[in-house]
Parts: sequence; structure tokens; C-alpha cells
Amino acid sequence: MSKPKIIIIGAGFTGVATAHDLALRGFDVTVVERGDIANGTSGRTHGLLHSGGRYAVSDQESAIECIDENMILRKIVPQVIEPNGGVFIAIDESDLSYAEEFIEGCNACHIPIQELTAKQALAMEPNINPKVIVAFTVPDGTFDPLRLALSFAGTAKKNGARFRTFTDMEQLLIDGQGNVTGVKVWDRARDVHEDLHADLVVNATGAWVGEIAAHAGAHVPINPTPGVMVAFDERIVQRVINRLNKPGDGDIIVPQRRMAVVGTTSFEVTDLDYVPVVEEQVKLMLERGIELAPGIRNTKMRGKYMATRPLIGKGSSGRSIARTFKCYDHKESDNIEGFVTITGGKATTLRAMAEKTADVVCQKLGVQAVCTTKDVPLLSYREYYSLNN
Amino acid sequence: MSTSKWTVTFKVFRKKGEEVPHYDEFKLEVDPDEYVLDGVERIWAFHDRSLTYRHACHHSTCGACGMRVNGVEKLTCITPVRDVTHDGGVIRVEPLRNFTLVSDLAVDMGVMYTRMDKVGQRSVNSDAKEAYQSENRPAGPAESGVDFIRLSDCIECGLCISACPITASSPEYLGPAVLAGAHQHGIKGDEQVFRLADCEDGVWRCHSAFECTAVCPSFVDPGERIMDLRKQIIGEQFRRLFSGSNARKINTMEASK
Repeated sequence: MSKPKIIIIGAGFTGVATAHDLALRGFDVTVVERGDIANGTSGRTHGLLHSGGRYAVSDQESAIECIDENMILRKIVPQVIEPNGGVFIAIDESDLSYAEEFIEGCNACHIPIQELTAKQALAMEPNINPKVIVAFTVPDGTFDPLRLALSFAGTAKKNGARFRTFTDMEQLLIDGQGNVTGVKVWDRARDVHEDLHADLVVNATGAWVGEIAAHAGAHVPINPTPGVMVAFDERIVQRVINRLNKPGDGDIIVPQRRMAVVGTTSFEVTDLDYVPVVEEQVKLMLERGIELAPGIRNTKMRGKYMATRPLIGKGSSGRSIARTFKCYDHKESDNIEGFVTITGGKATTLRAMAEKTADVVCQKLGVQAVCTTKDVPLLSYREYYSLNN
Repeated sequence: MSTSKWTVTFKVFRKKGEEVPHYDEFKLEVDPDEYVLDGVERIWAFHDRSLTYRHACHHSTCGACGMRVNGVEKLTCITPVRDVTHDGGVIRVEPLRNFTLVSDLAVDMGVMYTRMDKVGQRSVNSDAKEAYQSENRPAGPAESGVDFIRLSDCIECGLCISACPITASSPEYLGPAVLAGAHQHGIKGDEQVFRLADCEDGVWRCHSAFECTAVCPSFVDPGERIMDLRKQIIGEQFRRLFSGSNARKINTMEASK
């Protein structure tokens, strides 16, 4: 019996992780991506391997997903992670009054924390604001966004998945009953148009899932919410520095290589394909970054950029929307067979999102295969480019 | 931040499949403090959806967006427009040299990536091992006595390989990024990497043009590392010559450290 054919649209974090999971479960997988790997939201993420601490008070489902997946990623893909931990710091009375809820939340979500006095915190991270009152360590980390995606993609490729990059999905192929049977694509590297057929199409396009689903007449309640980040030219902290308070703008510094990246903001857009960086928000990142680590003032700005979060749910503002993910079987939601959408979530939860999606795919196609991605170490990210398609 | 916009003409290298290479021109209104990559992305978004180019992180950590900008290798995500042209000026954007072209501005990084694995270059490393010129450019303070693990300086962008005049004529030459990777890995204690570095396509092929170091956006200094590898190799060859055993064995190298 030939393997069931799956086409995944999108080679961001969810697309490549789903390709990896499905390839391990024995499917024939083709990923269609209009750019190169991780050229949308995924590549431009802050690079924070979340401990879950940020969501431990207001969004505990996401917090638990984050801490569980954080521990798994450290095990299966250490080659792309700075595992140095993070610190939540209280600088003013408002921060301090959040401490109790934070401790309770972390305990409820099994996030290991350790309380530090101001002196201990400053000994550990000499460049944080000397006004620090109290601090808590958390198991945050930093990952390289492109290399995290390449690690999944490369391993998937080794297990037989094909990647069609620089290939736009032009249309979904739809049969007489309105069901999805494949995709019509435009290979922009060769300037060729062709039809690709599949038993099932997975829409893994993050913030763009609404646009893709609309091709089939399906609906996904997506709320694309960009945020701005600013990279500074010196690694003034070694661990992720978080403001001990409710999630807000510019309250995280993520060290990467020799840089420190301050983020982020939260706003709404309509055109997702080009979102300009708003200068006022860049200034805000500088101001807020200085509150966390005053030395930011004396470092050079290296880059400013934005990424569009795929938040699920309309009608409320970005900060209050849960960071959980959801997999939609469009047979259930729109009576369209052969079409599944995965979106929401965090970069940190990419593997879990893929597991959920692959479970839905298996169930829909009547395939008995269990998920093994928790225990399979990923190959060198370089395999993606070393291996032929 | 400036408020007045510039008008700039992007001259973009184009080639699909077997077609003859040519340049397309796009006149854009830009903020001079925007990055070259922002312009390229807008060309794709608003002018020509057939354009292919590589990019991911937009802040110099991934190494995907290397291109030649007015003839010089640049990481386009951190190269401000004002650094490469003027109001009314031209920005010529071309793919990196010495890589196989995929199409337009996108190249295939496969050969370099394979070689990086071969010389054992680590994508995460201890800061102490990573900081080749730690006294000049410390990555940052850490608590005393604590070393930490961090992503390596080299982002594998390929700018150095594109800029290298030797790679252009000798594609078998390992190239600056890869030899810098061998230097980071260490040739003492790994005979395979020692041999890769100490051969005609290794450190001895370099003609010390230092174009690699000039274009490196990430403080790796491949040119200096290649010179240091030569010193290490000569020292080791002398030691082996006079050690009596004439044995190319790792354990004796280790013992002498």
C-alpha cells in the first residue's frame, strides 16, 4: 500500500515540525513554501525559549505548554539553544506586588523558580537595573530561529519529506463536492506552474491561515498581531531578562550571540505581506529596554524588525488573547473534507502543535501511528542544505 | 531618525532557470535609515511577486540575507540604505558569488554547510572558547568564574566566501568561513580536521587578501584565524618532525599540550 500523501502549506515552525512528525509516522510529505525556510513570522521571532513564566498568571494553559516543550526542545535540539536561563526582575512597587501571583502561578504550572535578593541578582547579571528589588530565576533560553526550523526540516528531509521552497500556493484544488484535493503552485525559481495532488492538505501558514483558508471558503478566527523588536550591538546580559509584571510592551531582553534584543509591542494590521516597523515603537523599545538594563542606552542599535503573531480569536486586544494553539478540521467547522489548519501557539510549542496536527491527520485518514517526536533527537540543521531534495 | 524620504533605484539581478541573467529596475521611496532588505521585501510585496530572495531573522542572527550591494557583500537586514547610496542614487543588488544560484538573489548554501559540519564547527559553544579576540570585543560580562553557552559568532551567511578572491578560482578551497570553523573547533586533538586544514585546499591556499575579514558582519575575523591556524600547523609539524616517533598520532599531540 502506498503512503498517504500530505501537502503542508508553509515552512515556518509549524510547517516544518509537522513535516517532521508526519514523516516519522510514515506519510509521504511535501511542504510548499513561497519563500525559503522560516521567512515569515518564525524567522523573525524574538528567539525566546519560553519557560512559561510570562504566562504563569494570566494564561496557564500556554504556560504549561511552554515549560513542557522547553524541556523537550533542550533535549532533542540542543544544537540551536543557548540554555542559560532567565530572570524576572522587580524594579518598582507595582512589580513587587505581582510577585505573589507570579510565585503561585509558576508553582501551579510546575515552572521551577528560585528567588534572588537584589544583591544576588546583580552578582549574576551586573548590567540589570540596580534598582532591582527582588528577582526570580526561570529556565528560559534563547534559540536561533532559522536553525531551529532547519533542524526540523533537515530531519524531515532525511526521513523522506520534500521541500518545495520559492513555490507559491496559487489555488487550492477543489473537487465537485467542495473538498480539497491538492494545491496549484507556482515554482518561482523555475517559473513553472503545476498541480500537486494529496490525500490531505495542511494549512500551516501562521498569521496567514485566514487568507489560505478563504481559498476553500473556510473560516479561521485569526487575529494577526505584529510586534516590534530592536537588536542592540552588545550582549549586555547573559540570561533572558523579563520584567516581573503582567505581559506588556518592551518587557523582555533576549541575548543572542553578541547581541541583546528588546521586545516587543502588540498592534493590529490588515496587509500581512509587508508590515513597516513603526519608529515610535522602536523608541519605546529603547526606553523600556533601558529600564531593564540601563546600559542599553550606550549600545548601538544593530537592527529593528517586526514579526506578526498568529493569535487565535477576534474581538479582544492582542495582549489578552491566549497564546494557545488550535488545529481545525474543516470537515467539522466548514464541511470541507481534506483540509486541516493549524495555528496560534508560540515558537516554543512548535513540536506540540505538530503532534496535535499529525494526530488529527492520522485520525482523519484512519492511520494508526503514534507520535515519537518527544524522544527523537534532531539532526544537524545543516542537513537541510546538505541533503538533496 | 530622518523625516525626509529618498528616492532610490534598486537594480536587481534576475535569472530563472535557463534564462539569460538581466537586471530589473524598481524606483522606491525609502527612509534612508531603512535597511536594504526592507527595500527588497517591498519590491516583492508591491512590485514583482516573482522575485526570489532569502531572509529570515532580520537582525543578523540567521545569515540568510547575504547579497552583494553595489558590488560589496552585505548582510542586507542590517545595512541601512544611507550607508550604500544617496538620495536619487542606485542600489545594485546581486546574489552572492561562489555559490550555486537558485534563482534571482537566492543561492544554495549546501556546500558551505556540509563543510562546516565536516570541520566540526559548533553552532553553540562556550563563550570562553568562542571569543577569539576576547580582550578586544568581549561578548559581555558574566558572573566571575562562570562560563556560559551561547550561539557562535559565525552565522554562516557566506559573505566571506563570496568576497574571497581565491574561492572564485578554486572552488575546492575550503574557504574562510569553513577554516574559521576549523579554528573554532581546534585542530589539535582532531586529526581529521588537522588534515583538512593542512592541505592544498586548506589554509595554504589562502593568499591573505583579508577580504573575508573586511566583509564579515559578525566579528569572526576569518583572515586572522587562518593565519593563526598556519602558525599552529607549522608548530605542530615541527614538533612531529623532531619528536622522534614521526607518529601522526593524536595521543602524543594531546600529551604535549
